Amino acid sequence: MNKTEKFLDTTVKFINLVAKVLPDDVVERLKLLREKETVTMSKAIYDSMFENLEKAVSLDRPICQDTGVIQFFVRVGTKFPLIDEIGDLLYKATLEATEKVPLRHNAVETFVEKNTGTNTGKKVPYIDYEIVPNSSNLEMDVYMAGGGCSLPGRSTVMMPSAGYEGIAGFVAETMVNWGINACPPLVVGVGIGTCVASAAKLAKKASLRRVGSRNPEPKAAEMEEALEKALGNIGIGAQGLPGKSGVLCVNIENMARHPSALGAAVSFGCWAHRRGTISFDKNMNYTLLDHKGVTL
Amino acid sequence: MNKKILTTPITDEDVKSLRIGDIVYLNGTLVTCRDTGHKRRVLSGIVPRTDLKGGAVFHAGPIVKKVGDKWEMVSIGPTTSMRMEKFEKEFMEITGAKLIIGKGGMGEKTVKGCVENKAIHAVFPGGCAVVAAAEVLEITDAEWLDLGMPEAFWVMEVKEFGPLIISIDTEGNNLFENNKAVYKESMEKEMAELSKKLKYMNY
Repeated sequence: MNKTEKFLDTTVKFINLVAKVLPDDVVERLKLLREKETVTMSKAIYDSMFENLEKAVSLDRPICQDTGVIQFFVRVGTKFPLIDEIGDLLYKATLEATEKVPLRHNAVETFVEKNTGTNTGKKVPYIDYEIVPNSSNLEMDVYMAGGGCSLPGRSTVMMPSAGYEGIAGFVAETMVNWGINACPPLVVGVGIGTCVASAAKLAKKASLRRVGSRNPEPKAAEMEEALEKALGNIGIGAQGLPGKSGVLCVNIENMARHPSALGAAVSFGCWAHRRGTISFDKNMNYTLLDHKGVTL
Repeated sequence: MNKKILTTPITDEDVKSLRIGDIVYLNGTLVTCRDTGHKRRVLSGIVPRTDLKGGAVFHAGPIVKKVGDKWEMVSIGPTTSMRMEKFEKEFMEITGAKLIIGKGGMGEKTVKGCVENKAIHAVFPGGCAVVAAAEVLEITDAEWLDLGMPEAFWVMEVKEFGPLIISIDTEGNNLFENNKAVYKESMEKEMAELSKKLKYMNY
């Protein structure tokens, strides 16, 4: 196989893995939450969730029927050999994975309002690029953005007088009003930015950070912990029914802001948080960063 | 404890004693119908050949695979029911469907529909799509394929399909709305406490 074929083949296999096996950090946290849960119905739902994870592997099927819009978050070295072809290759990988896994056809062309039947369409798969200077590697997150947890996402710009407590309130209200239908326990990604777009993008990236990781800024990390605790205490359990285990994690990503604007956004991930990170070297040898001990 | 099993066609008698929080399972015919399917049935007057009187409807868009001339169920789980709030009441009236299965709660209009039509809404644990697929015996028909795989009208035979947690009953009780009121109250308390910790703005 040449480099192009190797990249394509590996990416298709990786998409297959992400659809069927949750990343290690999510599984670990789900186990902890399951142990912590005391409400009978919520506990019973955890039993179904773990049975489902086992069956997905034994029957070789996607964990959830909503395999989402395929999203790639690419950090590409300027010296990565396939830098000019990445977009095309990720498109091809999505088409091929849709047949092989199989994935659901989740691309409805807007205005035409027709399902394309290929799981691809205008700007789908969704690709986000970050340039890494002087590197010959590529690292990317693959995420399956299901409709259920995409639906309650919100982004807004507040007046700075709203403060960080205003951001916390916005996140909590969104979770109680809409997030409860998005298959808790939820990954809660919070973005603090300077406009709707920057806040929304940071919220998305926050939701893709590992469960249990913390923002390097001490106050942001403190807010992550405090908000995680507060949202966990609301009394929401699995599937939005009463319980103690409705929050997988709260991750915050932040940036500097305009003195007059406080951008805030929240992006949720469902319990079946199908995220994976893979890195390629210049010879297209891969390393899986979130699925230990797995070979594609 | 014996499993409470509903079998299609479902009657008024079958559902009227069920209350929110009860857990039931389903035997018989189950059809998928979601956003566009509801809109088509209610607004266009196009009638599927599958009769839904006493029927069970699943808010779900599955992954299916064609093997020879038959469709095979790969993965199927519930989708957010609230998206069907706009049309569910009319849908129940027109079709006579008795059991609506989905994920998360539904609103006031559906509650009214459930009371008037002696129907119920129930939730299947979201994301447990392989568990659900294993409870599907076969796909017996496929209609409205022009809407695409998630939106088509898939007709299936199921056995002990569940657990189904009743979320709206024929008396008009609404599990998710009741819970939401409790969550809101406790959210207010939690946020008041939390606010004290988050005074990061300088002045």
